[in-house]
Amino acid sequence: MKVVVAMSGGVDSSVAAALMVEEGHEVVGVTLKQWEDVDGNLPTAGCCTVGDAEDARRVSAQLDIPYYVLDYVDEFRAAVVEPFGMSYLAGRTPNPCVECNRTVRFNALLERTADLGADMLATGHYARIGQDGDGYHLRKGVDPGKDQSYVLHMLTQAQLAQIQLPVGELTKPAVREHAARLGLRTAGKPDSQEICFVGDGNYRDFLADHFPETARPGPIVDMAGAVVGTHPGTAGFTIGQRRGLGVALQEPKYVVDIDSETSTIVIGDRHDLLAAGCVVDDVSFVSGRLPAGGAVEVKVRYRSRPVPARLSPDGDQWLVVFDDPQPAVAPGQAAVFYRGDEVLGGGTIERSIQ
Amino acid sequence: MLYLDHAATTPMRPEAWAAMERVRGTYGNPSGVHEISRAAKNELENAREGAAGLLGAGRPSEIVFTAGGSEADNLAVIGTALAGGRPAHVVISAVEHKAVLESARFVERMGGRVSIVPVDSSGAVDPAQVGAAVEDDTALVSIMLANNETGALQPVEEIVAAVDAANPATLVHTDAVQAFISESVDVGIFGVDLLSLAAHKFGGPKGVGLLYVRDGVRLEPVVHGGSQEMGRRAGTQNPMGAAGMVAAMEATIADRPSFHRRVAAARDAFEQQLAAAIPDLRVNGPADRLVQHSHLGFPGQSSETLLIRFDQAGLAAAAGSACQSGAVEVSHVLAAMGMSERHAAESVRFSFGWTSQPEDADLAAKIVIEEQRS
Repeated sequence: MKVVVAMSGGVDSSVAAALMVEEGHEVVGVTLKQWEDVDGNLPTAGCCTVGDAEDARRVSAQLDIPYYVLDYVDEFRAAVVEPFGMSYLAGRTPNPCVECNRTVRFNALLERTADLGADMLATGHYARIGQDGDGYHLRKGVDPGKDQSYVLHMLTQAQLAQIQLPVGELTKPAVREHAARLGLRTAGKPDSQEICFVGDGNYRDFLADHFPETARPGPIVDMAGAVVGTHPGTAGFTIGQRRGLGVALQEPKYVVDIDSETSTIVIGDRHDLLAAGCVVDDVSFVSGRLPAGGAVEVKVRYRSRPVPARLSPDGDQWLVVFDDPQPAVAPGQAAVFYRGDEVLGGGTIERSIQ
Repeated sequence: MLYLDHAATTPMRPEAWAAMERVRGTYGNPSGVHEISRAAKNELENAREGAAGLLGAGRPSEIVFTAGGSEADNLAVIGTALAGGRPAHVVISAVEHKAVLESARFVERMGGRVSIVPVDSSGAVDPAQVGAAVEDDTALVSIMLANNETGALQPVEEIVAAVDAANPATLVHTDAVQAFISESVDVGIFGVDLLSLAAHKFGGPKGVGLLYVRDGVRLEPVVHGGSQEMGRRAGTQNPMGAAGMVAAMEATIADRPSFHRRVAAARDAFEQQLAAAIPDLRVNGPADRLVQHSHLGFPGQSSETLLIRFDQAGLAAAAGSACQSGAVEVSHVLAAMGMSERHAAESVRFSFGWTSQPEDADLAAKIVIEEQRS
């Protein structure tokens, strides 16, 4: 089988490529050039740098596989970066990794995989794909601390049929050990934490640089409507945020609402953050069918635990009602539905329900 | 692997290997006073005399060895623009190699001025437009002999005449890096004041080049330090590289008539087979282009995908110019020709070379025809 491996220059995709080679496949390594500095070159700091591409290139040479850099700058800007800015501008909290997976990685790159005569696309995501009589199933990665199934919830049966996620069966330490055993230069490379195109910088600085229209100062008000401070622009604030509010108060306060129309940030106590549920838009189900029964577990943030909830259709949208009220349900983030390890599907949070 | 990327670089000729082998024991620093140094200096100066003779230069001292074509271009543009004490005016074409283009931009950042002469849709420069761009304080006009992407040949002799008519004090440089392997190059016939070569483009070693600098031309060095190369290029000299380069020049000149015949036959057969099989195939560049270049546009195809498919099928070709990361980018050359971004992104450069065989054309055409059907 011929497999294209998307290599970021990190240890996970390096090992994904190595595992595909070990399984005896004909492997081609690619790095997506997604973002460039104003000079047209890859950034030199942060993630997705020249150094990262160079690491991917060197690992490919070590694995004796061909390696190419593919230019997705235009697609990435249109499908990920612009909506990222627009979403913040609308007072929402976008998840650019979800949009990248939806539009660039598992759409444009998957098409390219076929153009290159390959059968499969492999990535270094921590999630697992299984197959039985019902079709393909997407499950959490073996390492609970690293599971990335959340950002893959939009995958369809047709896509899953062409995707390999080889490191999903491993824990992070096992991935690093495997890389070390092969002597891959990326074995000890630190994990990237940032949004790739924001790099090392603060994402508010990024927004100010690239979306200057987000710099619209306004008031910070408490639950009673009293002005307690000001802010430089609602973009960069997210529901549930506690730090960096720029107001000195007696007890911890959280962002509970963002009104982009009036450029107002509302802060409140922890209990003010609680939502009974949320309305979810653009929902897709991995199986392609509606799940039987409404009982699911829902993850409303990449780093939150799935919580029990009931799912029901509501016109074009879906209604999620948590068994217990949940804090910090931010419009723009993905709501992903699970049953145990299995990803049922998900969508984008349109609004929370009090 | 069938190699049709000779314009990027080409294999070393046996004559170059032999010359370098001959000087392997000559390890001295040419700048010293002792016997070991003298032997190295002697090799270096033999090479300089050889290069001067082969280029039609009046004196060996007009040859400045550099570490390649880009350095030679930098020295030509920056060296002349800054020689007068304050940064002057420079005229270049829109399709110059980045080494010239970015050197001109540097001159601009230093306070000089740059005029960029456009090209027509085939990539050709109009000498009259070059002459019109020359001003009283124009230090240099730099127009390449042939373009590295499309192979478009520029009328250097006519450009020299136009510049002389506009301002006799203005110097003319030509970047002959891509052309030397197939075009006869004589600084006397061209009438240029400066000319760049890179050894690896015609079968010499990488990391060696030269700049012809007409006697009397003032140059500010780009690499400062010692007084090597008559004070125009600091750094310990490279007798082995120079010997390899000059041997490759000799071999190239001797091979040129045959090269022309062999490569023209192969390139034309290649293009004919593709044109017959691929409707609307575009041949980029003017009729007057380097015999080894075939710059083609494949309707509806992404050159990025094509290059990978060709590579996987055992054919090495190129597109645009590779950037830092290795991704393919739309070139300034095609943009300057007024080519749409879409057509530029469908273009692939095939370049034949001195090792190309007549049967390469058929095999290459077969691979290309097969792989562009997706």
